Amino acid sequence: MSAQNSLTGRGLGGVGEAPAPRRSRLNRRLLGLAAALLALVLLNVAMTPNFLQLQTLAVNVSQVAPVVIVALGMTLVIATGGVDLSVGAVMAVAGALAPLIFGSGWGVANPGLGLAAAFVGPLLVAAACGLFNGSLVSFLGVQPIIATLILFISGRGVALVLTNGNLQTFTNPSFTWLGTGRALGIPVMGWIALALALVVAVVVRKTIYGRYLLSVGGNERAASLAGTPVATVKIWTYLICSTLAGLAGLIVVAQNSASDAARIGNLMELDAIAAAVVGGAALSGGRAPILGTLLGALFIQLVGYTLVANGVPDEATFIVTAAIIVIAVWLQDSRRRT
Amino acid sequence: MAESLLRMTGIQKAFAGVPALRDASLRIGPGEVHALVGQNGAGKSTLIKILTGVYRRDAGEVLWQGRPVDLKSPREAQGAGIATIYQELTLVPQRTVTENIVLGYEPRKPWGAIDWRAADARAREVLSRFGIELDLHRALGSYPTAIQQLVAIGRAASMEAKLLIMDEPTSSLDEKEVETLFGVIRGLKARGTSVLYVSHFLDELFQVCDAVTIMRDGRTVGETRIADTTKLDLIAAMLGRDAEEIRAAGRTEFSVGEQRAGEVFLEARHLASDRRLKDLSLEVRAGEIVGLAGLLGSGRTEAARAIFGLDRVTGGSLKVGARAARIRGPRDAVAAGMAYLSEDRKVEGIVPDLSVRENLTLALLPRLSRLGIVDEARERRVVEGFIKALGIRTADMDQPIRELSGGNQQKVLLGRWLALEPRLLILDEPTRGVDVGAKLEIQSIIAKHVEQGCAVLLISSEFEELIEGAHNIVVLQEGRSVRRLSNPGVTESRLIHAIAEQPDDALEAAQ
Repeated sequence: MSAQNSLTGRGLGGVGEAPAPRRSRLNRRLLGLAAALLALVLLNVAMTPNFLQLQTLAVNVSQVAPVVIVALGMTLVIATGGVDLSVGAVMAVAGALAPLIFGSGWGVANPGLGLAAAFVGPLLVAAACGLFNGSLVSFLGVQPIIATLILFISGRGVALVLTNGNLQTFTNPSFTWLGTGRALGIPVMGWIALALALVVAVVVRKTIYGRYLLSVGGNERAASLAGTPVATVKIWTYLICSTLAGLAGLIVVAQNSASDAARIGNLMELDAIAAAVVGGAALSGGRAPILGTLLGALFIQLVGYTLVANGVPDEATFIVTAAIIVIAVWLQDSRRRT
Repeated sequence: MAESLLRMTGIQKAFAGVPALRDASLRIGPGEVHALVGQNGAGKSTLIKILTGVYRRDAGEVLWQGRPVDLKSPREAQGAGIATIYQELTLVPQRTVTENIVLGYEPRKPWGAIDWRAADARAREVLSRFGIELDLHRALGSYPTAIQQLVAIGRAASMEAKLLIMDEPTSSLDEKEVETLFGVIRGLKARGTSVLYVSHFLDELFQVCDAVTIMRDGRTVGETRIADTTKLDLIAAMLGRDAEEIRAAGRTEFSVGEQRAGEVFLEARHLASDRRLKDLSLEVRAGEIVGLAGLLGSGRTEAARAIFGLDRVTGGSLKVGARAARIRGPRDAVAAGMAYLSEDRKVEGIVPDLSVRENLTLALLPRLSRLGIVDEARERRVVEGFIKALGIRTADMDQPIRELSGGNQQKVLLGRWLALEPRLLILDEPTRGVDVGAKLEIQSIIAKHVEQGCAVLLISSEFEELIEGAHNIVVLQEGRSVRRLSNPGVTESRLIHAIAEQPDDALEAAQ
């Protein structure tokens, strides 16, 4: 059918052009964020001593990578109209478990298997945490903020019990490579975070899960009437979020060669939410700007670094971060009204 | 006519370069009930929003009580004496009746605390004008939509406005409530308040309005005393067509032809649900439209919800395609070949931030995907086809659906279900809140699919639609199917009689 063929051609062309008002609006925000980031970099080049060193890049990347990884999952959860407060606690659990596994008698006797188990085991536990959160939200109808508060409180408690409340140091070069290794001069975890961001972005844009995610967050009743498996979509989303948090926990532990259950992932939920919000996520759901989240995390990181590197006390950076969030929320609000 | 209360002339307004109003005008006299009609997208809402300070005009003049004004916000408009009741309810369902009525205008005690006693008294007075008595301390949301609508109207009427704007005030009211509302409007008029009345129900205009302004494509195309015009003339002016031409074509796009229905697709026997449906028996055949008629609250929507698996079935049996079916939710229903266009477009239909394309393919997604990846090229082809076939007016398929007019949103939602090629289409008020043009188009789309063998269960409050459209009409009363009428031969009076007769008389008549 020739008519159909011409339609095909048009359809394919449309993918590339995508002159959608919605997208262009979002792009405008992303462009603004990217421009702010660039301005900040230029400011640093002019102001901050030794800014253009590879070491500076490495420091920043290793500080921001765990935030990015957690914020990716958080963005998905926020897109459903929920929020996950338990990510920091899940990081602590996963982080506390890993050294226990490869440091156990069995792990020492089978270093290869032990190392693999030290990766997979904590991630499975993290996934189970997500399954728990998602089930509470989907099947019992518990509000996300309450549902995830349970693990927020108890998760860190479990991690503390696992480590007897002490700082557990270890030596395991293969494992610490995850946190300290570099490729092309940049920390491995930076590459991991970037790769994950790309994967998640593609998942959101190209897969049926991504479409369901946005429709569930955008209008849950309409989605449900159209046959969308709402509960499944939500459970998977919490599961992905927790698993990513677990990975971030492993990375932080590997970086420090020590697991400190009391501190791993502390306040991470807020950093992740901040990155998502600055990146353009709406807490009411229905939007998942992954690239925005990535830029948002980078922006907050670089602002903090700029202040610290120029002698502003650490505490003051919190105030500035808060100001950035206020501006981001204000931008979102004013955009909605126009 | 004495000096006008309001005079808007030469109003223009464009959104992102697209003109919504080209040359609109509106003139309302003091104490006049003035109707504003036009298809969706004609610019009625935009004109009202300019008047109420929600939008700023690009050009034109507004004279309010003879003086040029420039209202910059809804608050300013209210201050000037213009009160609005929007189409969508804008009250707070979780709060009490009293709180909603006095919201923003709470009577205060001298030291600033809210004087609840005075607030209750005012609420009671407002409601008494409607002759309704409510528990003032119950959450508003626990009352039916119709009651909520009346409370919203009462609230606006209590603000002592000079002009009261009502946008589709009757769309969720039943006949008696509409009468109550008309009584209130006449009372307002007697006290010198003007009313701007926007409605798709043209019959109502002749009962309550003095004059009418007609809009089309962003322009005011006519203004006349209501006594000097007819319903047909209004429709013709709204559509920009000739009245004679329409008269010849009939008032709906439906026409009941020969009964050549096929196999029974859906069969319900004594179906009951946990939500007001008590005893529903009906069958729908392929290629047949079965209408569900009844008063508001008679269980029409509940019947649809039970069949589609949205409410829990507590009794009776359901057969789909000659086999007993257990439908536990929309997914089961869709898998069984059913589709359900809900009556509440905004709450249960559109996903506002997603595009026309994404909304249209929401139900079709599983069939458009392989290994979880959406085939976007194929998706675009499908959507392109439906935009053409259904005449959806959109800038392009990636436009967010919330920017479309109600009629076009409805077509997208209809497309969402037609894309599945369902064997049974359940339509709950498919043309409500939709302008005349889109209504005819939607009816003809439905008729075409029925011809191709689709079974349709049609819920409609409009007798014309049922009488001209349905092959069989099942009448519901208080959650029970009490009568079945077959076309040809159904007349409006027979239908009304069946809807209104006492349940006892009808028991024997039940099939």
